Amino acid sequence: MAQSRQMSHILGATSESGRPTIARASYDGRMRFTPSPIALRLFCLSILALLLSGCGEPEAATPLLRWYVFDEPSGAFEQAAADCSAAAEGRYQITLVPLPSDADQQREQIVRRLAAGDAAIDLIGMDMIWTAELAAADWIRPWPAAAAMQARAGRLQSAVESATYAGQLWAVPFTTNTQLLWYRADRVDQAPATWSELIARSERPGATGTIQAQGARYEGLTVFFVSLLASAGGSVLSPDGRSVSLATEPTRRALAIMQTLARSPAADPALATSREDDARRAFEAGTATFMLNYTYVWPSARSNAPEIAEQMHWARWPAVDPDRPSRVTLGGINLGIGAHSRYPEQARAAALCLAGERQQRQAAIRGGLPPTIATLYDDPAIRATFPFAELLRATLRDAVQRPKTPLYADVSLAISHTLHPLHEIDPIADVARLRRAVARALRSQGLL
Amino acid sequence: MKGWRNPEHRLGWALCAPAVLAMLLVTAYPILYALWLSLFRYDLRFPDERQFIGLANYLTVLSSPAWWQTLFNTLVITISSVAVELVLGLVFALIMHRALIGRRLVRTTLLVPYGIITVVAAMSWRFAFDPTTGFVNALLGLEGAWLSERWSAFFVIIQTEIWKTTPFMALLLLAGLSLVPDDLLRAARVDGANAWQRFIRITLPLMRPMILVALLFRTLDAFRIFDTVFIQTRGAQGTETVSILGYNTLITRLNLGLGSAVSVLIFVCVIAIALLYLRGFGVTILHREDR
Repeated sequence: MAQSRQMSHILGATSESGRPTIARASYDGRMRFTPSPIALRLFCLSILALLLSGCGEPEAATPLLRWYVFDEPSGAFEQAAADCSAAAEGRYQITLVPLPSDADQQREQIVRRLAAGDAAIDLIGMDMIWTAELAAADWIRPWPAAAAMQARAGRLQSAVESATYAGQLWAVPFTTNTQLLWYRADRVDQAPATWSELIARSERPGATGTIQAQGARYEGLTVFFVSLLASAGGSVLSPDGRSVSLATEPTRRALAIMQTLARSPAADPALATSREDDARRAFEAGTATFMLNYTYVWPSARSNAPEIAEQMHWARWPAVDPDRPSRVTLGGINLGIGAHSRYPEQARAAALCLAGERQQRQAAIRGGLPPTIATLYDDPAIRATFPFAELLRATLRDAVQRPKTPLYADVSLAISHTLHPLHEIDPIADVARLRRAVARALRSQGLL
Repeated sequence: MKGWRNPEHRLGWALCAPAVLAMLLVTAYPILYALWLSLFRYDLRFPDERQFIGLANYLTVLSSPAWWQTLFNTLVITISSVAVELVLGLVFALIMHRALIGRRLVRTTLLVPYGIITVVAAMSWRFAFDPTTGFVNALLGLEGAWLSERWSAFFVIIQTEIWKTTPFMALLLLAGLSLVPDDLLRAARVDGANAWQRFIRITLPLMRPMILVALLFRTLDAFRIFDTVFIQTRGAQGTETVSILGYNTLITRLNLGLGSAVSVLIFVCVIAIALLYLRGFGVTILHREDR
């Protein structure tokens, strides 16, 4: 009894003398808990100002359009916003709101805010894989017929297709992108035309890491798979996007190529964690002979490794069948209008200006982002930036869309989780596994 | 009911009321709402297809290998980091307690990691272990991508956790150390107990409640680990934890029903851990005046 009394006395002291020590130490250097009267007053004032500004905004003379788009480092987007604001002559003013550089985090932020009915999102620089999701959830506005005509005019068919869902246009195509095969002209005379040729030719003894591709468990792996599957003549979903396709023959061929590549000495040992930038670095370091990557690697190599850029040549993404040209996955940004925007009219006008010829040329020359306006590929300034413009346009014409479903995020996770790591793929058994995983994702069921 | 006649008791409740109300508003409501949501098939993208499905979400989660895999990963991280932290924390607490010179400097230095934001710490360690930019490989003369293999990735994550939160453990244990009466230690010395005996027989038993409180706090904290794993591997290489699973389901896949079920199950695990400590090890933080 006496002992337990003493125990409880000790415990009493614990929470009385122990706690303050903890509290003081853990808050040290972070914040103080005694606000000065001035700080308190300022805080109240700022809250008041916030409330008042919230009431006053709709009366502003010039509508302020917020353009949410990924943080483009060259400043081409900022320039575009300024130019279009000036050209609007007071009809609207565009401010740029940069999103995180990571594509998943861009989507998370945009989707969460749109679901909550955020009226401050006027213009969205949408990764084209969001089109179906945002459209089906009514988070973006469809383009009325007349405006849609304007938005489609002169633009690459595949880019327009990427902004279309359920027979309607949901965004204006702004920039596009796709992968090419980059190779070292000092090591190979002619680029291989097919995957089997590419792998066979790189498998010289002792030549590790000569082919650079994307094998980490992320969106890039899905892109790799979709390109191989389409080149083999298959598709992930049925044409209506509601059920799984993944025909046995093409799927098996795509999986077999992934497995062969991953087990080949020609693949990078770190293929399981390799993303686009890892491939670029390995190529710039001089170890790789072949690389599958987007066009941004060209300006990057020219400034980071000029002597390697000298020898850097390009070719079409390898085919699966010798007599069927490859179909490569399309990427790019389209401009959509937030469903809760207070100024949809002005936002559409602004989107057309931002995705106009002048701004696309800017984005191409300054930012290295390939345009969606077909004729720009004949422009001398663009040809100087992209010497591979002709090949790029041809690849884009045959490009394949990623699965068009509102559940794309789930489908992509299902694909990349099932196929990672590539060297453990079993081309025969994994066709069924992949089908099951994608079917479950389409029903938005189960954990991934 | 007797209590209500006691005016002091009533005053006590009245004084507590604002805090209780605030707690109800900011914690009870979201918890109950998550419980409610977990009973629905509810995808934020298709609000019209919302449908009551009872406990089906829980069945889905509990029958999924992904849940058990992530639970195992979480337990690996929790148990190994807390175990090392306890030993290191005790050593640090003793150093802080016994430091004769530069006591303030010693205490401040030991506390620095705890003052660093977890995301920043996780990034720094990721860069440190990076094969091209990091110093670790250069220092150890190794080559290899730590974060691209499962167990080495676990090692990086766990050591980041240890580096970051050992000071917290040490601080709680220091509070425990200051409870040990000097008289008692001196008396034991007079009776012939050596330093080790004094530590094992007197200091540790008297610190026991504080050690258990520290363990409880840290275990609950470690079980909910999110930021370190998110920054360092994003759950790849088989290092996904339950919090990341919940995040992927709720935030990436916008599946509110299934995601809420995962969150509720995490909550249940946390309660189970707390009960285990309270009942199993007899931590008595509550009702101490009653006896």
